[in-house]
Amino acid sequence: MISKDEILHVATLANLKFQDDEVDSFVSQLDKIVGMESNLSSVDTTGVEPTYNMADTNSVFREDIGIHTQTREQMLENVPEVEDNLIKVPTIVDKEDAE
Amino acid sequence: MNFETTIGLEVHVELKTKSKMYSPSPVAYGAESNINTNVIDFGFPGTLPTVNKNAYRLGVMVGLALNADIENHTHFDRKNYFYPDNPKAFQITQQDKPLGHDGYIEIEVDGEKKRIGIEELHVEEDAGKNTHGNNGYSYVDLNRQGTPLIEIVSKPDMKSPEEAYQYLENLRKIIQFTGASDVKMEEGSMRVDTNISIRPVGSDTYGTKVELKNLNSFNHVRLGLAYEEKRQAAILKQGGTIGQETRRFDEKSGETFLMRVKSGADDYRYFPEPDLPDYEISPEWVAEIKASLPETASVRRNHYINELGIPEYDAGVLTDTKEMSDFFDEAVGYDANPKLVSNWLMGEVNAYLNDKKIGLLDTKLTPEHLAKMINLISNGTISSKIAKKVFQETISNGTEPEEWVKSKGLVQESDPDVLKPIILEILDNNQQSIDDFKNGKDRAVGFLVGQIMKQTHGQANPKVVNKILMAELKSR
Amino acid sequence: MDIKKETIASLHEKLVNKDITAEALTNQALDNIKDDAEKLNTFITVNDKATEDAKKVDAEGFNDLLAGIPIGIKDNIVTNGIKTTAASKILYNFMPVYSATVMEKLAAAGAINVGKTNLDEFAMGSSTETSYYGTSVNPWDFSRVPGGSSGGSAAAVAAGEVVAALGTDTGGSIRQPAAFNGIFGIKPTYGRVSRWGVIAFASSLDQVGVMSKRVEDSATVLSVIAGHDDKDSTSSNKDVPDYRADLNKDMHGVKIAVPKEFWHEGTHPDVLDNVNKALEAYKKMGATVEEVSLPTLKHAVEVYYVLASSEASSNLQRYDGVRYGYRAKDVKNIKDLFVNSRSEGFGDEVKRRIMLGTFSLSAGAYDAYFKKAAEVRTIFINEMNDVLKDYDLIMGPSTTTPAFKIGEKVDDPLAMYMNDILTIPANLAGLPAASVPAGLADGMPVGLQIIGKPFAEQDVLNAAYALQEENKFYEQIPTALKGED
Repeated sequence: MISKDEILHVATLANLKFQDDEVDSFVSQLDKIVGMESNLSSVDTTGVEPTYNMADTNSVFREDIGIHTQTREQMLENVPEVEDNLIKVPTIVDKEDAE
Repeated sequence: MNFETTIGLEVHVELKTKSKMYSPSPVAYGAESNINTNVIDFGFPGTLPTVNKNAYRLGVMVGLALNADIENHTHFDRKNYFYPDNPKAFQITQQDKPLGHDGYIEIEVDGEKKRIGIEELHVEEDAGKNTHGNNGYSYVDLNRQGTPLIEIVSKPDMKSPEEAYQYLENLRKIIQFTGASDVKMEEGSMRVDTNISIRPVGSDTYGTKVELKNLNSFNHVRLGLAYEEKRQAAILKQGGTIGQETRRFDEKSGETFLMRVKSGADDYRYFPEPDLPDYEISPEWVAEIKASLPETASVRRNHYINELGIPEYDAGVLTDTKEMSDFFDEAVGYDANPKLVSNWLMGEVNAYLNDKKIGLLDTKLTPEHLAKMINLISNGTISSKIAKKVFQETISNGTEPEEWVKSKGLVQESDPDVLKPIILEILDNNQQSIDDFKNGKDRAVGFLVGQIMKQTHGQANPKVVNKILMAELKSR
Repeated sequence: MDIKKETIASLHEKLVNKDITAEALTNQALDNIKDDAEKLNTFITVNDKATEDAKKVDAEGFNDLLAGIPIGIKDNIVTNGIKTTAASKILYNFMPVYSATVMEKLAAAGAINVGKTNLDEFAMGSSTETSYYGTSVNPWDFSRVPGGSSGGSAAAVAAGEVVAALGTDTGGSIRQPAAFNGIFGIKPTYGRVSRWGVIAFASSLDQVGVMSKRVEDSATVLSVIAGHDDKDSTSSNKDVPDYRADLNKDMHGVKIAVPKEFWHEGTHPDVLDNVNKALEAYKKMGATVEEVSLPTLKHAVEVYYVLASSEASSNLQRYDGVRYGYRAKDVKNIKDLFVNSRSEGFGDEVKRRIMLGTFSLSAGAYDAYFKKAAEVRTIFINEMNDVLKDYDLIMGPSTTTPAFKIGEKVDDPLAMYMNDILTIPANLAGLPAASVPAGLADGMPVGLQIIGKPFAEQDVLNAAYALQEENKFYEQIPTALKGED
């Protein structure tokens, strides 16, 4: 069983919030899905290497050449608030809090 | 109760590359806001990382210089956290299989040599920079976002702030001599986080670890750690307990202040980066990088002492920074006398740098010009007095010494046939000085030389002048 | 001329012969899209520069088969200067300043992007019902979903608005809507097509593919968009064949494996009936059909939802209201900005997946969920590849049922997820897979799924082509549109 507290902790990590009535339905839905996923524990994976990426090659590097692919104006086009070419955001209270 | 201290350091060093770790944007310190950014640095939807080969090579270089084992099978991982200077909300790093592990560096404190272990080192990307307005807003500049970093994690092998200081000094020097980084604390290309705990002597478990941040120089590290040692000891002596916390060093008061209590809530949800393949770092490539490693400071220092006859102290100063050592090597390569080059670098050059508060590479002096100037002195073309003028000219304006000396007519006059008539004339006009000399007043000679130099605009060769003058004085 | 009955090749011929201009062709496509907009809702954004682009192609000529051909682009593929939303409120105003590699390649071939097709929000869904811009509708029955997530592309192709469209497929998002709409759709091998500029859902599963009525049209487009890309380090270096030129319907000696687990208990009997008929047809063409077993298939949905959600939770963290897209109003500090922008900007299904993925990666759950799923994935990949050592192709139904009713499953996420069981295997194993129309069940199309060996897109296309030439399904006009022309 996945608890409401766990869901709220996960929501904090994901920077999401839910209304009280939403939380309960989320808890029951996620509980069902996580319950389904828990069937994985029945598979014996002793000595099996996990697959994390699907590339058919390895060790792909880029040469160290510095280039501008966009202009600053392009980069700032979508920014909701710009001041002196900086991205303006509501105050950052404390770095450690945000992490 | 007596305590012993345990210190571990995490050092971030910016690698000297042309482009970013996972994006081709140029890397430049102090550039205009957001000018060196692209869609990758901004974490635009649909963008993907690519790994900078040179950054990885430099990382391996540092690993080798720190005597680490280089990992042959590796991959990159995502470290997830939200922050405005972290556009993807994850940092691509190497959590699971770091680039290198189990290295060490040697330090010497109070004449005792000691090895400090390196737990691991890995490449990752730097974050952007936030600035905080006092108007309820903050501002984000993503120029630094993606700058290649190497993080070097020491083992908790340091027992005193002094050992930590020496570790950092040596680490800086070792990395600087690989050429992988500028390692400048003041420009942020080297950053230090420390962990410190104390425990009663003889205890076999470590005390509670306190993290210390905001250390902007090696000296602050030393001072901050020393303060922490005392603070923690005082708490324990009073029967208190040390909190698991992050503290900030305040350079004005020299004290540390609580930043936050660690709650254990950090959950970075590391997992392997699916947008990048696995990386095989072949032993052949590692060997190639090893072969390309520049000589270390200590190898160079020994070479200066043993083969070039430079005094030990001077050799130490010359190898304090790579730029100084490289400059010295290059000047000597232009056939200048090593001792003279060393004397000039230690003397006039350093005085100039201290006066202007700039670095060697910020001046217009080149190793070739310094060598030429020294050779002009050695072969008698200019006097050391004139040399000072030449030096000022070439270090300030980058002027080529030989041509400048010629064009300005500063070549030293050593011809006795030219100098003798001038000397005779001055003697004729200064009978009093001749009399003084005869009466044993040596000062008179200085006065006469001064007159001659004045007459020749300082270009007379002092040795030749002296010889003619003494002979003439004695004969009168 | 009616664009709805044409192929890329027939249009190309008309363009070369100057029977029609690219401009006129593009305008016809744009008109069709506008005419259908109210009933089908296939496009989120129409490219208002399409006519201009077509004029340029008219001036430059038609060297490439694709030159001047109008194509629909799924709106999770980034297009420079054309709004790209991923069907999410959080990108409601996002104007890209770069283009996906597939878009650069299409443009170089002269293809005309007529607009951005509807999808489930961030491609998370099987019906387009999670789109912020409203659901698309199935042209065979307006009360039914077009499938998803590439539902807009599929319906647009089925309705003849465009000859071909790009889709993306993470767990069946091309094949399922292709099946539901009675068209062909192919998801290539992982790494065959660059993901640069494709808005990430799950990085180790996402792949761009093509949808069209005719196999040969998808083959044409696939050859253009495939290939290595320096900007995508997971893209393959393998050479790209000319799939269209190499099309071959000879099925003699082709060995087809049919996993018995694909004959899922929940699968609609009419679906199985059509698939069996298709397999009989292949036998008659000289192929052998044998039953095999994929014992780990029963865990495929579990593996998929853990891995896809985990990767998605990380990939979607960048939508924080700072640099682009939706920014919440009236916030006090940065934390509020993050939380409010994301909570207001994402729909429920996306939030569900983010929560699921964040949970799977969190301390304490990582080993039992994320790592475990990655290990079971390895077992499953090996099972699939073992079958493909002995067989050329794996076949089965593309979906368990024909298109379901709008609103039918929207409140039952788990039922929606189980629906993906047949398409997920190819994504987990990175294999090329297609859905080709096999027939009708109660008036709704049914798709046969064809899975090939890694990078054997040609085998998949050939088999699909053989069935297409047998049943000529492309001649059928979607029921709900009949009589409208």
